[in-house]
Amino acid sequence: MDFDLSEDQRLLQDSLTKLLADKYKFEDRKRFLKSANGWSQEMWEAYADLGLLGLPFAEEDGGFGAGPVEVMLMAEAMGGAITLEPWLATVVMGGGFIRHGASAAQRAAMVPEIAAGKLKLAFGYTEPQSRHDLHDVATTAKKDGAGWVLEGRKGVVLHGDVADHIIVTARIGGARRDKSGIGVFLVPANAKGVTRRGYPTTDGLRGAEITLDRVSLPTEALLGDAGNGLALVDRVMDETIAALAGEAVGAMDALQKLTLEYLKTRKQFGRPIGSFQSLQHRAAEMMVSLEEARSMAMLAAMMAQESDAAERRRQMSAVKVQIGRSGKFIGQGAIQLHGGIAMTMEYLGGHYFKRLTTIDTMFGDADHHLTQLMAMGGLNQAA
Amino acid sequence: MDLRFTDEERAFRQEVRDWIDANLPADTRERMAAGRTPTKQMQVYWQKKLNAKGWCVPHWPAEWGGQKDWSAIKRFILLEELQGTPAPIPLGFNCNMLGPVLIAFGTEEQKKFFLPKLANLDLWFCQGFSEPGAGSDLASLKTRAVHEGDHYIVNGQKTWTTLAQYADWIFLLVRTNPEATKQQEGISFLVVDMNTPGITVRPIITIDGAHEVNEVFFDDVKVPVANLVGTEHRGWDCAKFLLSNERTGQARVGASKDRIRRLKLIAQNAPGGERPMIEDARFRERLTEVEVQLKALEMTTMRVLADENRQLSERKPNPASSVLKIRGTEIQQSISDLYVMAAGPYGMVGADPDGDRWNEPELAPEWATLAQPTYFNWRKQTIYGGSTEIQKNIMAKAFLGL
Repeated sequence: MDFDLSEDQRLLQDSLTKLLADKYKFEDRKRFLKSANGWSQEMWEAYADLGLLGLPFAEEDGGFGAGPVEVMLMAEAMGGAITLEPWLATVVMGGGFIRHGASAAQRAAMVPEIAAGKLKLAFGYTEPQSRHDLHDVATTAKKDGAGWVLEGRKGVVLHGDVADHIIVTARIGGARRDKSGIGVFLVPANAKGVTRRGYPTTDGLRGAEITLDRVSLPTEALLGDAGNGLALVDRVMDETIAALAGEAVGAMDALQKLTLEYLKTRKQFGRPIGSFQSLQHRAAEMMVSLEEARSMAMLAAMMAQESDAAERRRQMSAVKVQIGRSGKFIGQGAIQLHGGIAMTMEYLGGHYFKRLTTIDTMFGDADHHLTQLMAMGGLNQAA
Repeated sequence: MDLRFTDEERAFRQEVRDWIDANLPADTRERMAAGRTPTKQMQVYWQKKLNAKGWCVPHWPAEWGGQKDWSAIKRFILLEELQGTPAPIPLGFNCNMLGPVLIAFGTEEQKKFFLPKLANLDLWFCQGFSEPGAGSDLASLKTRAVHEGDHYIVNGQKTWTTLAQYADWIFLLVRTNPEATKQQEGISFLVVDMNTPGITVRPIITIDGAHEVNEVFFDDVKVPVANLVGTEHRGWDCAKFLLSNERTGQARVGASKDRIRRLKLIAQNAPGGERPMIEDARFRERLTEVEVQLKALEMTTMRVLADENRQLSERKPNPASSVLKIRGTEIQQSISDLYVMAAGPYGMVGADPDGDRWNEPELAPEWATLAQPTYFNWRKQTIYGGSTEIQKNIMAKAFLGL
């Protein structure tokens, strides 16, 4: 067991942290939010230059062959700056489907483009009725000669408004909530029959509603096995949750620091409010919660490549429970300790709180994953 | 960063498990599996066995019976397996408190005389720190030791003295200089034979009905000056050193895992209305919440261990270590609460802690009669060893800069 970072990992972390400290201040972020896409093309190119967009892809496909620890470190740095760019959607989530589901020819065509920042991806799985259930798929995929025809609607697709390709789940067979019969398809955003409506999400990122109206796709649009797409989705979701846990820890850590700084400088009753024991204890409890989240983000990085899918799912649900709980506890506590100032758009603190709230909601909130974990029998065997 | 156990570490875990299976007496195993503490005789027998194997004080220097090449992780594996069986663990007063203090502050004679006896439990030590007026504010202690020739004359009272009824010796914080400008500067650290005239032990019965803690009175007790540990008036250094040692054991991850595994088995058979208790939605939800917390605690323990593995000079104070005491104790309390929930009305049947009613038919399963007493007893965990509130004060100062 070894918790130390390698020299390469430290360099990677330092270079991104430095870039963000320099170019992603709160004022910069406000400016990016107001731009047309709601994020910064300049930063996107800077990530490409640093190699972050090709990070987890195999070297033979044109990537850098990095693992979940590197992804966690990157996500953590981005969480610290609450970045807006479609990194999670393109590299971690979309990239996950390309790595685990695409053919060698598809990988050879797409990975260099992704790594260069020229190709963006999104994953559409939510439907109006599905809530957090990945297997609840009403969108259909019907065989049509050598290809497929897709029909349905995907909602709250993270960065679906700018993606060049949207990866979607669609039902090849079975009933709406069956776990089998699901396929994963690569849909060019400009394909005939695809319409999308973009909007900002509550945390300042972007979502899209995507309608698929008799969209014709070639046979190779199907990623992975026909009908057993859920296993592929689970695998990519678990990697995504691991990255998201890193991002959450970065945001919590930054918010905790901001709060401590405020406690030391804000004066009431003639002294810094951080000298009051009730506030100290709440800050200490937030720190306990942060360290728990940090530990679970490390567990996530460790489990992201676990081949025993059931065990991986169990642990990843536990991670998501913790991330949700800690994010809420630290977010709410930070606002309370600050007082009114953190209620304003003009202050950075509230923006972390909003991002931590959507991080909990994404890919199943803490209560959803607690229910999942219960259904899987929890973490310990009866004995 | 590689967060998995190595093959060697995994093999060691198996070795420990096999050795415990082959050596732990059946009556000890049975008693502890039911959730009861070992008897004195069971503790002594097992600790001697562990010591003979070289597994009692691996964290001590090799010349005093320690294991030179053991990593912190290896020590943790041993502890986790002992807690997880469960089997008695080496007596903390001897092995984690006094032993390291003597190694750091004791004279050569003291080390030679005491250390082997501490490891082998030839002498059972208890801890004389708290007093009726000195709890969280330990440095305000009043027990007085007056230096007269070759002796100290000790007068005063200690309290919450765990298992003083078993103890052969006690280590004590006493006030030797009441005039010191700072309270902390007039305190000394003594070791005292419990058979010395003038010492009286009076039991305190806690709300679970158990006799675990005591009051200890000192009435003109003559203690040889040779029993002073460290420098006179500098006993607070020893106390601080003692309290900062080995936080990882306090998390008791192995013990909590074992309690959860057993509770799940119990709940598969315990009545929970129409279905077994394990299918009660509220029970399962609360249980699963605790499992998640325990996983986070386990990973945090690993982080602290990895830190302890580093050279002393490279170590930074790790905020993760504060999590261990606070969350470790809360988790144990939550688990004890879940046992109460699982036991239901038969949890109200009083346990028979001294075994006086052994020949009567059982009123309820043993685990059920122990559920509430354990729940009562475990309220102590967030109080002793620096209460949760004191831990938060420490965090605010040491890590938050408030």
